[in-house]
Amino acid sequence: MTDVEPGNEPQIVEFLRWALSEEAPVELIGNGSKRRLGSPVQAAHTLSTRAMTGITLYEPEELVLRALPGTTIAEIETALAAQNQMLAFEPPDWGPLFGMPAKTGTLGGAIGCNLTGPRRVRFGAARDHILGFRAVNGRGESFKSGGRVMKNVTGYDLPKLMAGSMGTLAAMTEITLKVLPRAEKMRTVLLYGLDAEAANAALVRALQMPFEVTGAAFLPANIASASGVDLVRGAGASVTAIRLEGAPESTSDRCTRLRALMREATNALDEELHGTRSAAFWTEIADVAPLLPDPAATILRLSVPPASGARALLRTKALCGCKGYLDWGGGAVWLAGLNGAALATAAQAAIAETGGVVQPIRNAAPGMMLAGLVAPDELARAIKAAFDPKFILNPGRMG
Amino acid sequence: MKMPLPDRATIDRRDAIAADLARILPGDAVIHEARERRVYESDGLTAYRTMPLLVALPRTTEEVAAVLRYCHGERIKVVPRGAGTSLSGGALPLEDGLLLGMARFNRILDIDLANRCATVQPGVTNLSISDAVRPLGFHYAPDPSSQIACTIGGNVAENSGGVHCLKYGLTVNNVLGVEFVTIDGRILRFGGKHYDAGGYDLLGLINGSEGLLGVVTEVTVRLTPTPETARALLLGFPTSEQAGACVGAIIAAGIIPGGMEMMDRPAIHAAEDFVHAGYPLDVEALLIVELDGTAAEVTELIGRIEAIARANGVAHCRISADEAERLSFWAGRKAAFPAVGRISPDYYCMDGTIPRAALPRVLAAMRTMSEKYGLRVANVFHAGDGNLHPLILYDANAEGELERAENFGADILRLCVEVGGVLTGEHGVGVEKRDLMGTMFDEIDLNQQQRVKCAFDSEGLLNPGKMFPILHRCAELGRLHVHRGKLPFPDLPRF
Repeated sequence: MTDVEPGNEPQIVEFLRWALSEEAPVELIGNGSKRRLGSPVQAAHTLSTRAMTGITLYEPEELVLRALPGTTIAEIETALAAQNQMLAFEPPDWGPLFGMPAKTGTLGGAIGCNLTGPRRVRFGAARDHILGFRAVNGRGESFKSGGRVMKNVTGYDLPKLMAGSMGTLAAMTEITLKVLPRAEKMRTVLLYGLDAEAANAALVRALQMPFEVTGAAFLPANIASASGVDLVRGAGASVTAIRLEGAPESTSDRCTRLRALMREATNALDEELHGTRSAAFWTEIADVAPLLPDPAATILRLSVPPASGARALLRTKALCGCKGYLDWGGGAVWLAGLNGAALATAAQAAIAETGGVVQPIRNAAPGMMLAGLVAPDELARAIKAAFDPKFILNPGRMG
Repeated sequence: MKMPLPDRATIDRRDAIAADLARILPGDAVIHEARERRVYESDGLTAYRTMPLLVALPRTTEEVAAVLRYCHGERIKVVPRGAGTSLSGGALPLEDGLLLGMARFNRILDIDLANRCATVQPGVTNLSISDAVRPLGFHYAPDPSSQIACTIGGNVAENSGGVHCLKYGLTVNNVLGVEFVTIDGRILRFGGKHYDAGGYDLLGLINGSEGLLGVVTEVTVRLTPTPETARALLLGFPTSEQAGACVGAIIAAGIIPGGMEMMDRPAIHAAEDFVHAGYPLDVEALLIVELDGTAAEVTELIGRIEAIARANGVAHCRISADEAERLSFWAGRKAAFPAVGRISPDYYCMDGTIPRAALPRVLAAMRTMSEKYGLRVANVFHAGDGNLHPLILYDANAEGELERAENFGADILRLCVEVGGVLTGEHGVGVEKRDLMGTMFDEIDLNQQQRVKCAFDSEGLLNPGKMFPILHRCAELGRLHVHRGKLPFPDLPRF
């Protein structure tokens, strides 16, 4: 059993060359906050990039930031906030979801897991914001791909491949990101009491308008009641939430128009969250806080065509004892249930009707595989082998 | 430009291969006659021409799969082609390779406004997607300047850009799913109408893979609600430094305009002479900054940008009062390439990207190079994202000028890399920039990329000779050199 935390890329090269010569599987982690995401890794050795920290380049006018993989997202967001900028993919903090401390998630982990928050509907996923990287592959070779500029088609887009690869292809040693200005103003329109289908229709309608919606979620009453935001918790009904951001007058104007449109379309009682409450609310949604109270629950996310979110939610609920809510305008269905196997079966039945995929997020019964959810095919194995021919990096993590 | 040595035996089998293909495909889908094949001998990079072995024009995914399976079995190379507008020679044929034309895949299959997406065949043109959904209040955001002719399949292969990328993203950020056929004839799907799927992001990898990994047979694209209004500022600056500083200040102020284009003096003059857009002629750099969104949004931001421009020494400032004036600002920029074409028998369009702060240095160096090579250069620049298009003016009929233009272009691209940029922002590597890949990537970087290629196409049959300067056999790339027995890392921190 060898656990190492190299301080630089050459040390990672040295370690992985040794692991390769031994054909010894290595678990690759940052601070380990999302170690329980995905399938468990069977490895005698652990390589953590937590000691490789620091922002090595940040040019706000060029919208570019480069940092070492162990740098926490919290540190990066603090540096960006000082320049009124942000990571537009709104990486959630899933530490508490896995019983780990908050604000310990690293940049390497966020990119490796393609972590993406509610702004997904407007700004894309983490993978849409990684411009370049350096890494050490499973052959023990350091390599790079991409660059530091916004527009680049020089060679294959390996940054996309690294995003979401969960440490199974290479150990990233440096990551370059596109950053964006933080909006001056944030407003959230709340609609009370809609059923899931009507809420999904409202979210679809809002996203069809040229209002640049940056968040679109639906919380059934039993989920809304757990919110820390008073205007959500005290609703006594379901809450449908739509976020608008931008320059002050523009945001107020769009908010007024959206409320008028939604009143006409849904006849629902409405309310408006301003800056602080809005931020708190969307952080809850990003961090999956509504599903946290029950640590024994298995948690899945369905990625479905957004207009089918309510259908997938209702179908799953009808088939098993579970609760859930919608994010990404209906495109993400978050589900929690105490019987993980039953939940997985129900979720698969739901997506058989709506299309999409089931993503296991937290498996509450350690050792129990949610079989059939992730099936790496022949091509995925070939790609893995192209980076890691002896399958030493996080073997099994992706199923 | 050296291409892989054509395989004489394959060329000698042309008739037999044509007969085999005629059994797989309908009669009108195989082009054999030299006269008809000649249409395909070049793409948008017209300096290079090669007659393809044969041309196949399938209509269905199953036909594509059957052709690829056949070629794989017979070890025949395949070059996929959309509309052939590539500016990097991505669709340049091979003498011993089948040219697979996707033009007949020209139908829009599904428009799904509830999920804000459209599913189309790859031969549908970029602009026709927007045309189909414009009456419904939507458009397809990436808008390469060839959008009237280029196909969405080609856009996926090249990860095409356009003038609205900084705000709306490139092709890869606007494609939700593809149907894709591998060289051995497997029909696969990556993505769909849903967001992130988990697993490796093969959809992301396919975008910009230049037809080296497989053939896209269906594309699902994101549709964007069309902004209610757009207005533009036309800003002239005494120096390119001031124009660059103005762009930086706009972004630093938290504004991401829908479009932000820069032209240098030669480009301004050529465009003004051609379309009389009303551009000022006494400035070194011209910026067009376009804001789109709701009326309140545009009004609020346009005032701020005007103030920023004034603080950065703008010499000439106009704000479009109406749609006609906005379009007149764009008229010159959009005609910049043909305008340059008017003042020179030929021009060579380059495509580097640089960190924007390096612009003055790059422009100054380009002036020096211009003198060295005795060729004029005009620049248009996607200023928001740093994508530079130098147009090198030359005369192909003048002895040695094409070669000088190419050397000039290569020097520019080396400079782009030297200042922290890249060889190509949106046109692709193709054959054009293939031999410059070594200025950006070392051997290990390139070998890693080629191993990804091997995962899809272990025989190297798809579009060989593009992107990679040296072609290695997959078996050779897969070899591992393991040093056993070495005691590990005495200095490595443990935890």
